[in-house]
Amino acid sequence: MKSTEVEVVQEKIAEKQQEPSHSEHTHKDFFGAKIGMWLFLFTEMLLFGGLFLAYMVYRLQYSIDFVIAAQDLNLLLGTINTIILLTSSLTMALSIAAIQRGRKALSIFFLLSTIGFALAFLVIKYFEWTAKFHHGIYPNSPELLNKPNGEIIFYGLYYSMTGLHALHVVVGAILLLFMLLFLWRNKIHKEDYIKLENSGLYWHLVDLIWIFLFPLFYLIH
Amino acid sequence: MEKEHKHNLIPYGTYFLVWLSLISLTVLTVSVAGVDFGRIALFLALTIAAIKSTLVINYFMHIKFDQPIFKFFLAVALATLATIFILTSTDVFFR
Repeated sequence: MKSTEVEVVQEKIAEKQQEPSHSEHTHKDFFGAKIGMWLFLFTEMLLFGGLFLAYMVYRLQYSIDFVIAAQDLNLLLGTINTIILLTSSLTMALSIAAIQRGRKALSIFFLLSTIGFALAFLVIKYFEWTAKFHHGIYPNSPELLNKPNGEIIFYGLYYSMTGLHALHVVVGAILLLFMLLFLWRNKIHKEDYIKLENSGLYWHLVDLIWIFLFPLFYLIH
Repeated sequence: MEKEHKHNLIPYGTYFLVWLSLISLTVLTVSVAGVDFGRIALFLALTIAAIKSTLVINYFMHIKFDQPIFKFFLAVALATLATIFILTSTDVFFR
Protein backbone atom coordinates (compact mmCIF):
# COMPACT_ATOMS: atom_id res chain seq x y z
CA MET A 1 0.00 0.00 0.00
CA LYS A 2 2.85 2.35 0.81
CA SER A 3 4.71 1.53 -2.36
CA THR A 4 2.18 3.43 -4.48
CA GLU A 5 2.59 6.45 -2.24
CA VAL A 6 6.30 6.18 -2.60
CA GLU A 7 6.00 5.92 -6.35
CA VAL A 8 3.89 9.06 -6.51
CA VAL A 9 6.43 10.94 -4.42
CA GLN A 10 9.26 9.67 -6.57
CA GLU A 11 7.48 10.72 -9.73
CA LYS A 12 7.12 14.20 -8.29
CA ILE A 13 10.80 14.26 -7.46
CA ALA A 14 11.66 13.05 -10.94
CA GLU A 15 9.53 15.84 -12.40
CA LYS A 16 11.22 18.39 -10.22
CA GLN A 17 14.63 17.24 -11.34
CA GLN A 18 13.65 17.45 -14.97
CA GLU A 19 12.69 21.10 -14.66
CA PRO A 20 15.30 23.03 -16.64
CA SER A 21 15.59 25.79 -14.04
CA HIS A 22 16.65 23.22 -11.46
CA SER A 23 18.89 21.08 -13.58
CA GLU A 24 21.94 23.27 -13.18
CA HIS A 25 21.68 23.38 -9.43
CA THR A 26 20.70 19.78 -8.80
CA HIS A 27 23.44 18.27 -10.91
CA LYS A 28 25.48 16.00 -8.71
CA ASP A 29 28.74 14.24 -9.35
CA PHE A 30 28.15 10.83 -7.77
CA PHE A 31 31.47 9.54 -9.04
CA GLY A 32 33.37 12.42 -7.44
CA ALA A 33 31.45 12.06 -4.18
CA LYS A 34 32.41 8.42 -3.98
CA ILE A 35 36.07 9.07 -4.73
CA GLY A 36 36.07 11.68 -1.97
CA MET A 37 34.63 9.16 0.46
CA TRP A 38 37.19 6.52 -0.46
CA LEU A 39 40.04 9.01 -0.03
CA PHE A 40 38.72 9.75 3.46
CA LEU A 41 38.51 6.01 4.17
CA PHE A 42 42.18 5.64 3.19
CA THR A 43 43.15 8.23 5.82
CA GLU A 44 41.14 6.19 8.33
CA MET A 45 43.00 3.06 7.21
CA LEU A 46 46.30 4.81 7.89
CA LEU A 47 45.08 6.07 11.27
CA PHE A 48 44.23 2.55 12.43
CA GLY A 49 47.20 1.20 10.48
CA GLY A 50 49.52 3.12 12.80
CA LEU A 51 47.90 1.52 15.83
CA PHE A 52 48.09 -1.94 14.24
CA LEU A 53 51.76 -1.25 13.55
CA ALA A 54 52.37 -0.46 17.23
CA TYR A 55 50.50 -3.66 18.11
CA MET A 56 52.70 -5.71 15.76
CA VAL A 57 55.96 -4.34 17.16
CA TYR A 58 54.94 -4.91 20.80
CA ARG A 59 53.48 -8.31 20.11
CA LEU A 60 56.82 -9.42 18.62
CA GLN A 61 58.56 -8.02 21.67
CA TYR A 62 56.22 -9.32 24.40
CA SER A 63 54.52 -12.33 22.81
CA ILE A 64 54.20 -14.31 26.07
CA ASP A 65 52.82 -11.37 28.10
CA PHE A 66 50.27 -10.75 25.33
CA VAL A 67 49.03 -14.36 25.52
CA ILE A 68 48.66 -14.16 29.33
CA ALA A 69 46.90 -10.77 29.24
CA ALA A 70 44.52 -11.86 26.47
CA GLN A 71 43.17 -14.75 28.56
CA ASP A 72 41.21 -12.23 30.65
CA LEU A 73 39.22 -10.93 27.67
CA ASN A 74 35.69 -12.25 27.25
CA LEU A 75 35.74 -14.38 24.08
CA LEU A 76 31.97 -14.92 24.11
CA LEU A 77 31.18 -11.19 24.15
CA GLY A 78 33.85 -10.56 21.51
CA THR A 79 32.33 -13.22 19.24
CA ILE A 80 28.79 -11.91 19.75
CA ASN A 81 29.97 -8.40 18.88
CA THR A 82 31.68 -9.72 15.74
CA ILE A 83 28.45 -11.37 14.60
CA ILE A 84 26.46 -8.20 15.44
CA LEU A 85 28.78 -6.00 13.37
CA LEU A 86 28.81 -8.41 10.41
CA THR A 87 25.02 -8.53 10.48
CA SER A 88 24.83 -4.74 10.68
CA SER A 89 26.97 -4.59 7.55
CA LEU A 90 24.49 -6.91 5.83
CA THR A 91 21.50 -4.74 6.78
CA MET A 92 23.43 -1.64 5.65
CA ALA A 93 24.06 -3.19 2.21
CA LEU A 94 20.41 -4.29 2.03
CA SER A 95 19.22 -0.78 2.89
CA ILE A 96 21.11 0.56 -0.13
CA ALA A 97 19.89 -2.31 -2.31
CA ALA A 98 16.30 -1.46 -1.30
CA ILE A 99 16.55 2.25 -2.13
CA GLN A 100 18.19 1.38 -5.46
CA ARG A 101 14.94 -0.41 -6.25
CA GLY A 102 12.90 2.53 -4.97
CA ARG A 103 11.61 0.68 -1.91
CA LYS A 104 11.72 3.41 0.71
CA ALA A 105 9.95 1.58 3.57
CA LEU A 106 12.20 -1.46 3.24
CA SER A 107 15.28 0.74 3.07
CA ILE A 108 14.23 2.55 6.26
CA PHE A 109 13.60 -0.80 7.97
CA PHE A 110 17.08 -2.09 7.13
CA LEU A 111 18.71 1.21 8.12
CA LEU A 112 16.88 1.14 11.48
CA SER A 113 18.15 -2.43 12.01
CA THR A 114 21.69 -1.27 11.28
CA ILE A 115 21.40 1.50 13.88
CA GLY A 116 19.90 -1.04 16.31
CA PHE A 117 22.88 -3.37 15.83
CA ALA A 118 25.25 -0.44 16.34
CA LEU A 119 23.61 0.32 19.68
CA ALA A 120 23.70 -3.37 20.66
CA PHE A 121 27.42 -3.44 19.91
CA LEU A 122 28.00 -0.39 22.11
CA VAL A 123 25.91 -1.80 24.98
CA ILE A 124 27.94 -5.04 24.95
CA LYS A 125 31.17 -3.04 24.77
CA TYR A 126 29.98 -1.01 27.78
CA PHE A 127 29.40 -4.16 29.86
CA GLU A 128 32.73 -5.60 28.74
CA TRP A 129 34.64 -2.48 29.76
CA THR A 130 32.82 -1.98 33.08
CA ALA A 131 33.54 -5.63 34.00
CA LYS A 132 37.23 -4.94 33.32
CA PHE A 133 37.09 -1.73 35.39
CA HIS A 134 35.58 -3.68 38.30
CA HIS A 135 38.53 -6.06 38.18
CA GLY A 136 40.77 -3.02 38.45
CA ILE A 137 42.04 -3.24 34.89
CA TYR A 138 41.96 0.19 33.26
CA PRO A 139 44.73 2.48 32.03
CA ASN A 140 47.06 3.50 34.88
CA SER A 141 45.17 1.44 37.49
CA PRO A 142 47.37 0.32 40.42
CA GLU A 143 46.54 -3.32 39.68
CA LEU A 144 47.54 -3.05 36.04
CA LEU A 145 50.75 -1.18 36.83
CA ASN A 146 51.86 -4.09 39.05
CA LYS A 147 51.79 -6.44 36.05
CA PRO A 148 54.68 -7.05 33.65
CA ASN A 149 55.34 -4.41 30.96
CA GLY A 150 53.93 -6.54 28.13
CA GLU A 151 50.56 -6.88 29.86
CA ILE A 152 50.39 -3.14 30.56
CA ILE A 153 51.08 -2.47 26.88
CA PHE A 154 48.51 -5.08 25.81
CA TYR A 155 45.78 -3.34 27.79
CA GLY A 156 46.98 0.08 26.66
CA LEU A 157 46.58 -1.05 23.06
CA TYR A 158 43.31 -2.82 23.85
CA TYR A 159 41.73 0.30 25.33
CA SER A 160 43.05 2.72 22.71
CA MET A 161 42.23 0.54 19.69
CA THR A 162 38.81 -0.75 20.76
CA GLY A 163 38.11 2.72 22.19
CA LEU A 164 38.88 4.50 18.92
CA HIS A 165 36.86 1.84 17.13
CA ALA A 166 33.89 2.32 19.49
CA LEU A 167 34.12 6.06 18.84
CA HIS A 168 33.80 5.27 15.14
CA VAL A 169 30.73 3.15 15.88
CA VAL A 170 29.17 6.13 17.73
CA VAL A 171 29.97 8.50 14.85
CA GLY A 172 28.66 5.93 12.35
CA ALA A 173 25.39 5.51 14.27
CA ILE A 174 24.87 9.31 14.37
CA LEU A 175 25.64 9.51 10.64
CA LEU A 176 23.12 6.76 9.92
CA LEU A 177 20.49 8.57 12.02
CA PHE A 178 20.88 11.58 9.72
CA MET A 179 20.56 9.27 6.71
CA LEU A 180 17.34 7.95 8.24
CA LEU A 181 16.03 11.51 8.40
CA PHE A 182 17.06 12.12 4.77
CA LEU A 183 15.36 8.92 3.64
CA TRP A 184 12.24 9.87 5.58
CA ARG A 185 12.13 13.29 3.91
CA ASN A 186 12.87 11.86 0.46
CA LYS A 187 16.21 13.66 0.26
CA ILE A 188 17.61 10.20 -0.43
CA HIS A 189 15.69 8.36 -3.13
CA LYS A 190 16.05 5.98 -6.05
CA GLU A 191 17.82 8.50 -8.28
CA ASP A 192 20.11 10.00 -5.65
CA TYR A 193 21.28 7.77 -2.84
CA ILE A 194 24.96 8.71 -2.80
CA LYS A 195 24.71 9.98 0.80
CA LEU A 196 23.42 6.62 1.95
CA GLU A 197 26.01 4.79 -0.15
CA ASN A 198 28.90 6.80 1.29
CA SER A 199 27.62 6.40 4.84
CA GLY A 200 27.44 2.70 4.08
CA LEU A 201 31.09 2.72 3.01
CA TYR A 202 32.01 4.33 6.33
CA TRP A 203 29.96 1.74 8.21
CA HIS A 204 31.63 -1.15 6.37
CA LEU A 205 35.06 0.30 7.21
CA VAL A 206 34.10 0.20 10.91
CA ASP A 207 33.21 -3.46 10.37
CA LEU A 208 36.50 -4.11 8.53
CA ILE A 209 38.58 -2.72 11.40
CA TRP A 210 36.74 -4.93 13.88
CA ILE A 211 37.40 -7.97 11.65
CA PHE A 212 41.12 -7.45 12.44
CA LEU A 213 40.75 -6.26 16.05
CA PHE A 214 38.80 -9.39 17.00
CA PRO A 215 41.43 -12.08 16.24
CA LEU A 216 44.31 -9.87 17.43
CA PHE A 217 42.85 -9.28 20.90
CA TYR A 218 40.40 -12.09 21.62
CA LEU A 219 41.87 -15.08 19.80
CA ILE A 220 45.39 -15.28 21.24
CA HIS A 221 46.20 -18.62 22.86
CA MET B 1 26.80 8.50 -13.96
CA GLU B 2 23.17 7.76 -13.19
CA LYS B 3 23.14 5.03 -15.78
CA GLU B 4 26.15 3.43 -14.20
CA HIS B 5 24.36 3.62 -10.90
CA LYS B 6 21.39 1.76 -12.26
CA HIS B 7 22.85 -1.27 -13.90
CA ASN B 8 24.78 -2.60 -10.98
CA LEU B 9 21.81 -3.84 -9.03
CA ILE B 10 23.03 -6.70 -6.89
CA PRO B 11 20.40 -9.24 -5.80
CA TYR B 12 19.48 -9.33 -2.10
CA GLY B 13 20.41 -13.03 -2.13
CA THR B 14 24.05 -12.26 -2.96
CA TYR B 15 24.33 -10.14 0.18
CA PHE B 16 22.82 -12.94 2.27
CA LEU B 17 25.32 -15.44 0.86
CA VAL B 18 28.21 -13.09 1.65
CA TRP B 19 26.87 -12.62 5.18
CA LEU B 20 26.54 -16.39 5.61
CA SER B 21 30.17 -16.88 4.50
CA LEU B 22 31.29 -14.15 6.91
CA ILE B 23 29.49 -15.79 9.83
CA SER B 24 30.89 -19.23 8.89
CA LEU B 25 34.41 -17.80 8.75
CA THR B 26 33.88 -16.22 12.18
CA VAL B 27 32.77 -19.55 13.63
CA LEU B 28 35.77 -21.20 11.97
CA THR B 29 38.29 -18.70 13.30
CA VAL B 30 36.89 -18.95 16.86
CA SER B 31 36.86 -22.76 16.88
CA VAL B 32 40.31 -22.97 15.29
CA ALA B 33 41.70 -20.60 17.95
CA GLY B 34 41.20 -23.29 20.60
CA VAL B 35 43.41 -25.74 18.70
CA ASP B 36 47.12 -25.55 19.36
CA PHE B 37 48.63 -24.59 16.02
CA GLY B 38 51.69 -23.04 17.61
CA ARG B 39 53.35 -20.42 15.47
CA ILE B 40 50.98 -20.57 12.51
CA ALA B 41 47.93 -19.76 14.70
CA LEU B 42 48.42 -16.01 14.21
CA PHE B 43 49.00 -16.48 10.49
CA LEU B 44 45.82 -18.57 10.24
CA ALA B 45 43.72 -16.03 12.16
CA LEU B 46 45.00 -13.19 9.98
CA THR B 47 44.39 -15.15 6.77
CA ILE B 48 40.76 -15.71 7.78
CA ALA B 49 40.46 -12.00 8.66
CA ALA B 50 41.90 -11.13 5.24
CA ILE B 51 39.39 -13.39 3.47
CA LYS B 52 36.55 -11.78 5.45
CA SER B 53 37.82 -8.30 4.52
CA THR B 54 38.01 -9.25 0.85
CA LEU B 55 34.35 -10.31 0.97
CA VAL B 56 33.27 -7.10 2.73
CA ILE B 57 35.26 -4.85 0.39
CA ASN B 58 34.22 -6.62 -2.81
CA TYR B 59 30.52 -7.12 -2.14
CA PHE B 60 29.32 -4.86 0.69
CA MET B 61 31.54 -1.98 -0.42
CA HIS B 62 30.86 -2.73 -4.12
CA ILE B 63 34.52 -2.56 -5.17
CA LYS B 64 33.99 -5.59 -7.40
CA PHE B 65 31.29 -3.74 -9.33
CA ASP B 66 32.75 -0.22 -9.29
CA GLN B 67 34.85 1.46 -11.95
CA PRO B 68 38.47 0.18 -12.12
CA ILE B 69 39.82 3.48 -10.75
CA PHE B 70 38.49 2.53 -7.28
CA LYS B 71 40.38 -0.77 -7.38
CA PHE B 72 43.51 1.12 -8.37
CA PHE B 73 43.14 3.62 -5.50
CA LEU B 74 42.55 0.80 -3.04
CA ALA B 75 45.59 -1.07 -4.33
CA VAL B 76 47.78 2.02 -3.86
CA ALA B 77 46.48 2.54 -0.32
CA LEU B 78 46.98 -1.12 0.62
CA ALA B 79 50.45 -1.18 -0.95
CA THR B 80 51.39 1.90 1.11
CA LEU B 81 50.18 0.20 4.26
CA ALA B 82 51.98 -3.04 3.36
CA THR B 83 55.23 -1.17 2.70
CA ILE B 84 55.07 0.52 6.11
CA PHE B 85 54.42 -2.84 7.79
CA ILE B 86 57.16 -4.71 5.94
CA LEU B 87 59.78 -2.02 6.49
CA THR B 88 58.93 -1.72 10.19
CA SER B 89 58.91 -5.47 10.77
CA THR B 90 62.30 -5.94 9.10
CA ASP B 91 63.63 -3.17 11.34
CA VAL B 92 62.21 -4.86 14.46
CA PHE B 93 63.43 -8.33 13.42
CA PHE B 94 67.00 -7.39 12.54
CA ARG B 95 67.64 -4.77 15.17
